Amino acid sequence: MIPRLELRNICKRYPGVVANDDVSLSILPGEIHAVLGENGAGKSTLMKIIYGAVQADSGEILCDGNPIHSHNPAVSRALGIEMVYQHFALFESVSVVENIALSVTTPFNLAALSRKVLELSQRYGMPIDPARLVHNLSVGERQRVEILRCLLQNPKLLILDEPTSVLTPQAVLRLFDTLRQLAAEGCSILYISHKLDEVQTLCDTATVFRNGRVTGTARPKQTTATELARMMVGSKLPEMHVSPPVPAEKPMLEIRGLSAAATDIYGVDLADISFDVFGGEIVGIAGVSGNGQAELVSLLSGERLHPQSNAIRIGGIASGHLDADGRRRAGIAFVPEERLGRGAVPAHSLIENGLLTGHRLGSVRHGMVDRKRAADFSRDIVEKFKVKTNGVRAKAQSLSGGNLQKFIVGREIALQPKLLLVSQPTWGVDVGAAAFIRQTLVDLSRAGAAVLIVSEELDELFEICDRLLVICNGRLSKSLIRTQTDREEVGLLMTGLDGSVVANGGDSLALHD
Amino acid sequence: MDLFIAIFTGTIVAATPLVLAALGELVVEKSGVLNLGIEGMMLTGAALAFGVALAGLPLPLAIVAGVAGGAASSMLFGVLALTFLTNQYAAGLALAIFGSGLSAMIGNGFGNTPIAALGTLHIPVLSDIPLVGPLIFRFDILVYFSLFMVVFIGWFLYRTKAGLVLRTIGESPQSAHAIGYPVVRIRYLAVLFGGAMAGLAGAYLSVVYTPLWVENMTAGRGWIALALVVFSTWRPYRVLLGAWLFGGMTILQLQGQVLGIALPSELLSALPYLATIVVLVIISRNRQMLALNFPASLAKPFRPAG
Repeated sequence: MIPRLELRNICKRYPGVVANDDVSLSILPGEIHAVLGENGAGKSTLMKIIYGAVQADSGEILCDGNPIHSHNPAVSRALGIEMVYQHFALFESVSVVENIALSVTTPFNLAALSRKVLELSQRYGMPIDPARLVHNLSVGERQRVEILRCLLQNPKLLILDEPTSVLTPQAVLRLFDTLRQLAAEGCSILYISHKLDEVQTLCDTATVFRNGRVTGTARPKQTTATELARMMVGSKLPEMHVSPPVPAEKPMLEIRGLSAAATDIYGVDLADISFDVFGGEIVGIAGVSGNGQAELVSLLSGERLHPQSNAIRIGGIASGHLDADGRRRAGIAFVPEERLGRGAVPAHSLIENGLLTGHRLGSVRHGMVDRKRAADFSRDIVEKFKVKTNGVRAKAQSLSGGNLQKFIVGREIALQPKLLLVSQPTWGVDVGAAAFIRQTLVDLSRAGAAVLIVSEELDELFEICDRLLVICNGRLSKSLIRTQTDREEVGLLMTGLDGSVVANGGDSLALHD
Repeated sequence: MDLFIAIFTGTIVAATPLVLAALGELVVEKSGVLNLGIEGMMLTGAALAFGVALAGLPLPLAIVAGVAGGAASSMLFGVLALTFLTNQYAAGLALAIFGSGLSAMIGNGFGNTPIAALGTLHIPVLSDIPLVGPLIFRFDILVYFSLFMVVFIGWFLYRTKAGLVLRTIGESPQSAHAIGYPVVRIRYLAVLFGGAMAGLAGAYLSVVYTPLWVENMTAGRGWIALALVVFSTWRPYRVLLGAWLFGGMTILQLQGQVLGIALPSELLSALPYLATIVVLVIISRNRQMLALNFPASLAKPFRPAG
């Protein structure tokens, strides 16, 4: 059989980095092929080369046996190659069908297009209302729009870049059903992921990447996860040491009946949220993004104040009225979700970024910066947390995501917080750095601090948290003991389908995930 | 009754240059470009149109000259902001100042000679209906054109593919470029259209509204048009309402000054500006409206990657 797509010896260099080094792979019609590798292994670059958004320095691309010359996205679309990006390229202010109309070449007729979209969405089990405005859609629904947009072109090869990173476990299963159905109809699927279990469930073959090179091909269904992981990471992953929690007697953080209206029109109102975090334990808040996490985090960090100071108590003291500085004085440290722009100033040096929150440790006196102390403070963090950098004068934006995150976490831990609030601790961080950061958080809690983690990565929460809370539509679930719950229960809570919402038929349920 | 008719028709006529200029700017801003130079483009259009009329050429030709003048001056901004990616605020302000100076130079030799203004239409039968005739059917043709443009722009933006593309370019030029739309070319067209409409608005002032050349005769209407676009939350019909409000206040305060109301005339003259802004600020407090219609990439330079 002639492969649908064949890559021969693709190379791509950027200044200082080899993104793809002599990469070859081939996909048959109707095959689901995984491209497996860590963040930064060169997968995304390769996909852009296949799609024509980026040109390879050397190598050949063949589609149905014919070499592609002078490649670009228009050529791809003409050949039936479609791509669903990890970060969606949808326009927020217009409707679903208008978004789709922008990328099809058929005459402009929204009514006819809506009918076609509905028909396709029913055929592949991806319900969506074409008239809705995109900014009202959940992430899962947006992904459906992207996939439907591709399907309208009758693709022969569909590329999906980390498609499940934003989905609930249940939505992932539905997506897999759709993909299997497509493959059965002869469409080849190139599935980019760093999640071993998904690749093992879905894919027929896998090409594994490390540092821009292919380190192996495998039949994931017949290969063990350990083997795949070894190809992917190159060495054995450090093992986590999570000892049983020793919670303190009194809670460090008490939230009681916290309600707040969203400040952003696309935001979520928080309704009657109550929970405790004790010293010596890690509590995780799970949920699909956009369910009130941003609002809750800004209220806890003090970026936003709450009129009822009793709704938030830190170390037993009413703190709702305290601003971010007041909260930090009360013993909170905070690692925000956005590393660049919130956790660190991109164009400033590590020394200056260390000062942002480390200034209370003696490096600023009488309003003057003690340059030497400030440099020592940042140098300590760099050494202790093994931050790879050209020195403490390097700009924050010159560090890789993992290294900057290690620096920010290190800076906050250096403050010896009684309560550490961390949002998406390992988002976009490579496997090694992620494991290091998680172990650091566990160690901090076992030394007596209270740790609260807000994350969308269920794997991460199940790995290190002692208790889990699930946030859905601005409401918080009851507290779950990690060892007494499972992904399915948490997944149902994430979609609000745990029985607290009356079910009324599959379709309408699916619409609200 | 005659007073009412005078106020009503006076309002519509006074609002027309604002409607024209603001609609042009609305299209520019919907594409994500902020051109602050409306005042300058209006003045350029006004001076050119007046000059052509003064030379004895037919009035339609004078109006075309005004449109061309506005469009040409907008390209000054276009090249700076879209090709050389200069700061759009600075480029727009430069155009406003430049247009004001240029028009003063062109108008230097115009003296105090008035010209024959563009006349109102007289439609057989319709214009003669009592009350309805003078209220609706006795305007000049540009008044009807401006109303047509309100409907047309509304239809264009929200019912056609070209309008959809324009709006999405205003939201995210990067994404529109990724799909394959020529962002910069479309923005140039939008700026050109905005300039033509501002030039038309200027021509309306100098050959219809007050057929006499006065330096800086736009008297800040370009800035009011700019404010109208923002406070109308980028909706064409609201632009029309805002312009009518401004026109109405202008006429009312003139009547007030004639009647000798015991208020300083400076205060009365300021009234249209104050009232328009206050009312529009109140209307535009609906954040949902604002967020949905605001062109998210407004005034941000865009350079296609690669």
